[in-house]
Amino acid sequence: MLFINHLNAIKVLSIKSGLTHLGKYVMLMGRVLSQPDRWRMFLKQYVTEMYQLGYNSIGIVLIISFFIGAVICLQIKLNIQSPWMPRMVVGYTTREIMLLEFSSSIMCLILAGKVGSNIASEIGTMRITQQIDALDIMGVNSANYLILPKIVGLMTIMPILVTLSVAAGILGAYATSLLGTTTVPELTEGFRYQFNQWFFWCGMIKAVVYAFIITSVSAYKGYTVEGGSVEVGKSSTDAVVTSSILVLFSDIFLTNMLT
Amino acid sequence: MIKVEHLYKSFDDKEVLKDINATFRDGEVNLIIGQSGSGKTVLMKNIVGLLTPTKGSIYYDNRDFVSLSKREKILLRREMGMIFQSAALFDSMSVLDNVMFPLDMFSYDAYEDRKKRALECLARVNLQGAENKFPGEISGGMQKRVAIARAIVLQPKYLFCDEPNSGLDPKTSIVIDELIAGITHEDKITTIVNTHDMNSVMGIGENITFICEGKAEWQGNNKEIMDATNKKLEDFIFASDILRQAKELHDQQQRMNRN
Repeated sequence: MLFINHLNAIKVLSIKSGLTHLGKYVMLMGRVLSQPDRWRMFLKQYVTEMYQLGYNSIGIVLIISFFIGAVICLQIKLNIQSPWMPRMVVGYTTREIMLLEFSSSIMCLILAGKVGSNIASEIGTMRITQQIDALDIMGVNSANYLILPKIVGLMTIMPILVTLSVAAGILGAYATSLLGTTTVPELTEGFRYQFNQWFFWCGMIKAVVYAFIITSVSAYKGYTVEGGSVEVGKSSTDAVVTSSILVLFSDIFLTNMLT
Repeated sequence: MIKVEHLYKSFDDKEVLKDINATFRDGEVNLIIGQSGSGKTVLMKNIVGLLTPTKGSIYYDNRDFVSLSKREKILLRREMGMIFQSAALFDSMSVLDNVMFPLDMFSYDAYEDRKKRALECLARVNLQGAENKFPGEISGGMQKRVAIARAIVLQPKYLFCDEPNSGLDPKTSIVIDELIAGITHEDKITTIVNTHDMNSVMGIGENITFICEGKAEWQGNNKEIMDATNKKLEDFIFASDILRQAKELHDQQQRMNRN
């Protein structure tokens, strides 16, 4: 009985805490999604953020996608190899996996780790060193100035990263032909087989939604930090965990809605 | 002039400020002094609007800051400059960009004019030649001077300094005090300095408010403080042997003068 009471108390506290965070997040987004104080400053920040969050992630996106593309190709070849199965199925399946799930969702999940922790720790450090207070005292909408360029910047660059990821994955699959498991013409035939352009746009839509989730949740975690360096570290971890869960959760809904 | 009337501030059940009444005069260095934990930082945060008072009024030249609309508060904040304990410089920007930041946000002047104004402010705090350095590359004293330059670049009517000498050696502290006092007198600014540095109290304290356990216990200037009869103030001011001896010498002098 006591155990059940404790369990109920924990449930109530968790719901209360969740609702408090949701309320604070919505209020913060209200401040973020307003007109910038100065468009010139916004554009400057926007370009900087695209470079820092997007351009600096190209390397990791290309490397991971290349190898995952190659491994997917090898696994499919090894697992579905049969005299009854057309050889181009390997290329076809690799393309569909890269396009529909890996490059849009799993790549965004990886970026949630890199970009999310970066955003939360940057804004969290600004909070504890009073840089955000300094902006507020000047009469600057600190939430808008710091967070909006990050959100818009990553939402702009994420579709490009996803496109590069698909391309790198396909190159990785081609690279397996060097191992002799498949041939370039077989793969090319598979890659071209029944290509549905909508699947590409599904990936783009998912990428934009995930970019918003990653940046806004991580920025919220950083912006609301209280304390010192330990709390900044904790907020950085929280940002990655929360945005990853939200990306996975919304993946189910988006996949159901779009395909 | 800034006037605080019947100001209360509580955090949950803990009452930190209790019925504070104080007047901070134009063109003078107004000090808020008190022990650590006495509530002076909370008082300053309430005055600048980083915290909202539980009860009471804060008048900026007859404008009640507490009852102003959000927009009016933002406009009033553009008349304020603040120097934080940690300097709170934007560490991703150079010294020049830090000082130019308020101009970039709120001034419609051409870039060259904004740069000229920022360089003038840097020259005023004796930081010529440091404009291309980053906050991480300069000393604590220089960071405080950059913070002063940034705070005065928009020619504020009100200047707030939260423990500006914290972490500085006595000689650099005097330089910072003299800078703050000089700027206050030349530009006729209402300056409020939050401090527990006795050198500052004796050197630049033209109007001192002593806070103890959340109450304004005493108000006067650096000449009157030597003759003050408030027990709590005496315990705070003359806590060190050197100051106690100075007080005894002062009292002896007074007695001799009377005789």
